[in-house]
Amino acid sequence: MKKNGAEIAVESLKREGVRHIFGYPGGVVLNIFDVLYDDKDIQLILTRHEQGAVHAADGYARSTGKVGVALVTSGPGATNTITGIATAAMDSIPIVVITGQVPTMLIGNDAFQEADVVGITRPCSKYNYLVKDIKDLASTIKEAFYIASSGRPGPVVIDLPKDVTSATAKFVWPENAELRSYKPTIEGNKWMINKAAEELGKSKKPVIVAGGGVILSGASDEIRELAEITSVPVTTTLMGLGAFPVSHHLSLGMPGMHGTYYANMAIQESDLLFAIGMRFDDRVTGKTDAFAPHAKIIHIDIDPTSIRKNVDVDIPIVGDSKVVLTELLSTLKEKVRPQWTKIREAWLKTIDEWKRLRPLSYQFEENIIKPQYVIERLYEITGGDAIITTEVGQNQMWAAQFFKYDKPRTFLSSGGLGTMGYGFPAAIGAQLANPGKTVIDIAGDGSIQMNIQELATAVIYKLPVKVAILNNRYLGMVRQWQELFYNERYSHTNLDVVPDFIKLAEAYGAVGLRATKPSEVDDVIKEALSTDKPVFMDFVVDWKEKVYPMVPAGAPINEMLFDETEKKDKKLKKDKIVVS
Amino acid sequence: MTRHTISVLVENKFGVLSRVAGLFSGRGYNIESLSVGETLEPNVAIMTIVTRGDDFIIEQITKQLNKLIDVIKVQDLYETDHVEREMILIKIAPKQADKAEALRITEIFRGRIVDSSQKTYTIQITGDEKKVEAFIELMKPIGVKDIVRSGKIALAREGTKGK
Repeated sequence: MKKNGAEIAVESLKREGVRHIFGYPGGVVLNIFDVLYDDKDIQLILTRHEQGAVHAADGYARSTGKVGVALVTSGPGATNTITGIATAAMDSIPIVVITGQVPTMLIGNDAFQEADVVGITRPCSKYNYLVKDIKDLASTIKEAFYIASSGRPGPVVIDLPKDVTSATAKFVWPENAELRSYKPTIEGNKWMINKAAEELGKSKKPVIVAGGGVILSGASDEIRELAEITSVPVTTTLMGLGAFPVSHHLSLGMPGMHGTYYANMAIQESDLLFAIGMRFDDRVTGKTDAFAPHAKIIHIDIDPTSIRKNVDVDIPIVGDSKVVLTELLSTLKEKVRPQWTKIREAWLKTIDEWKRLRPLSYQFEENIIKPQYVIERLYEITGGDAIITTEVGQNQMWAAQFFKYDKPRTFLSSGGLGTMGYGFPAAIGAQLANPGKTVIDIAGDGSIQMNIQELATAVIYKLPVKVAILNNRYLGMVRQWQELFYNERYSHTNLDVVPDFIKLAEAYGAVGLRATKPSEVDDVIKEALSTDKPVFMDFVVDWKEKVYPMVPAGAPINEMLFDETEKKDKKLKKDKIVVS
Repeated sequence: MTRHTISVLVENKFGVLSRVAGLFSGRGYNIESLSVGETLEPNVAIMTIVTRGDDFIIEQITKQLNKLIDVIKVQDLYETDHVEREMILIKIAPKQADKAEALRITEIFRGRIVDSSQKTYTIQITGDEKKVEAFIELMKPIGVKDIVRSGKIALAREGTKGK
C-alpha cells in the first residue's frame, strides 16, 4: 500500500520510537500536521515559538538520553530554530529537527517563506539533509536518528519540501542505517589503555576531569568505580555535573572560571590529569599555556578532533567513555594495587586542606536574599531529587555551585553556546519526559524573558515546571564584568523592575509567588513544590552579589578572585586583565 | 607553516563541497587550491586540497575532514611519496619580435598552443608547480594577458610507504 510523504515521515518517526514532537505549524508542513491531527501514538506539543520547540526537544533528550524531535515550517520557522540547533551542537545533544521547505520546483526562487536551511544549518548541525525524492524519505529519517545518537551525538536537520510530503510511495523501512563514510570509533586502543593504567598506577597526584561525554555515554558508574578503586579525586565540568556525585568525598566539584578553589588547585598541582569526555573548553582551562603545568594528560574522547585541539595530550584514547573505562577497569583489576590508597594519602590530604581553606561560600544576610541562599534552599527542600535546568549567566553558575548533583541527567544547561532562554523550554521538555518529577528552571530576570512565551505551553499541557527567578534587576553576569573590569560603567545592563512576574504568571494561568526576605524563601519554595501548576517564583535578590571564585578570562585557573580579595585589589586587576 | 596536499575521497553528492569548504572557512584556514572530480566509482569523488599550516593546524584539518559524515578517506600526501600535476592555460600577446621566443619556450616546456589569434596565443602547460611557475615567469616579459590554473591534482606513488 502506498503512503504519502507526510504519512511516511510520521510512520518513520514511530519506528524510531518517537512519542513526542515539539513543533509549530505553517504552510509547507500542513500535510504532516494533518497526519498528526488524529494520530494516536505521537503527541505534538505546540510551543509558542520555534526556538522553544528545539530547546524543549533538547531538554527532553538531555533528561532521557533519547533523541528529541522538533517539527517546524519553512523560512522563519526554520531560522527560528537556529539557536536551538547550535545549542544542541555545542553540547553534543541528539535531536532531529524537521523543517518544512517550499516545493522542490520553487527552491532557489526566493519563494514565500523560503530559506536555504541546509546552507544555514550546515555549520551548526552534525549533519543535514534536503530530501528531494520521496523514495529517500524513510531511509533519511533512519539515518538521521542514527547519526544524531551515535558517535559524538548532535543535532541533525531534515529539510522536507512540501511536494515530497504529498507525493506517494511504498513505505519501506530500512532495518539498519549504515554509512561507509561514518564509523565512529567506540573501542579504545588497547595499548594506550594499558599505558593509561600504568600512569594511573605511578601517579602521586592524579585528578580525573569528567565532562559531558561521560553522561552521554552513561559511564557514571565506571567513573565512580575508577575513582574509588584508585583513590583519585574527580572534578566534573559544567557539562559533566551529575556524572560523579558532588556529595562523594572524592568529588572536587566544578573546575574552571567559576570552579571551586580546590578543583582548580588540584588540576594545577596534579602530576596526572585524566580527562574523560571533555574538550578543554576555555572556560575550563583558562590560560592554556599555564594549565596543569606539571601534569601528564590522558584524554579519552569519542571525537578525535577534541583531542589535541586546545591542549597537548600525552596519552590520547579515541573511543566511547563507557567502553574505554570498562576496558581500563578490567586492566586495573588485573593488577590491583591495594597500596593505592596509601600512595594517594598525602595528595588527598592536601586536597582536603584546600577544601577546608576555601569552600564555596557566600555571606548570608538577614534582610536581603542572597541568590546562593535560594539555591541552597532549593537543594535542601527538594533533597536534591529534582531535574535542574538553568538559563545563562550568574543564575547558571550559582546553580552549578550550590545545588549538589549526584545523578547524571539532572543538570541541563547550555554550556557551550551559553544560550539565554534555554532553561525554561528545556525544563518543559524535561518535565514532559519525566512526569511526576520535580523540574526547576533556575533563571535570571533577564534570561527568563527570552523565552517567556513558553509559559503558555507549560500551562496548556499541564507541565508543572517551577521557575526560580533570581531577580536582581540586572543582566547580572555582564554587570559583574562591568563592575570588575569596566570601572562600574553599567552600560545597558539594568533591566529595572519590569515585568511584574506574579501578574505575568497569573495572566498566563500559572501561579506567581514572591519572596523579598530570606525568611520568606522556604515558604515560597514549599508552596511552589506543592502546586500542580507551573509556578514563577520571583526571588528579589541582592543585585550586588557576584559569582566567586572567578578566574578572569585568559588568566591561569589558579589565579582566582574571591569576594574578599576583590575589594582589596580592584585597581590591580583592572590594569592587568585582558577581557575576552 | 608547511604546505600540504591532502587527498580526500568523498561521497559524490550535492552539498559535499560546501561542507568541506565550510570546514576551512569556519576555522579561518586557507585553501590554496582545490580540485574535484569523479573517480572510477561514479558515486565517489576525489578532492585534492592544497593548504598550509603548522602541525597542529594540519592535524586538526585532517581530523575535521575525517569527521565530516560524507568523507570516506583522507590522505595527507605530505607524508607519502606522490606525483602532483597542475595545468594552466595562459594567453600571451607577444610583440612580433618575441613570437619565436615564446614558441621556443613553449616547446622547451612541452606546452601546446591550443588557440591562436592575430595577436595572441593560448598555451597549455602541465607539470608540477615549479615547472608551471617557471613558465609563467618566462612569459611575463613577453606579455601575459590572462591565466587560469586548474589547481593541483595528486596521487600517491604505487608501492611506496610514508617518507
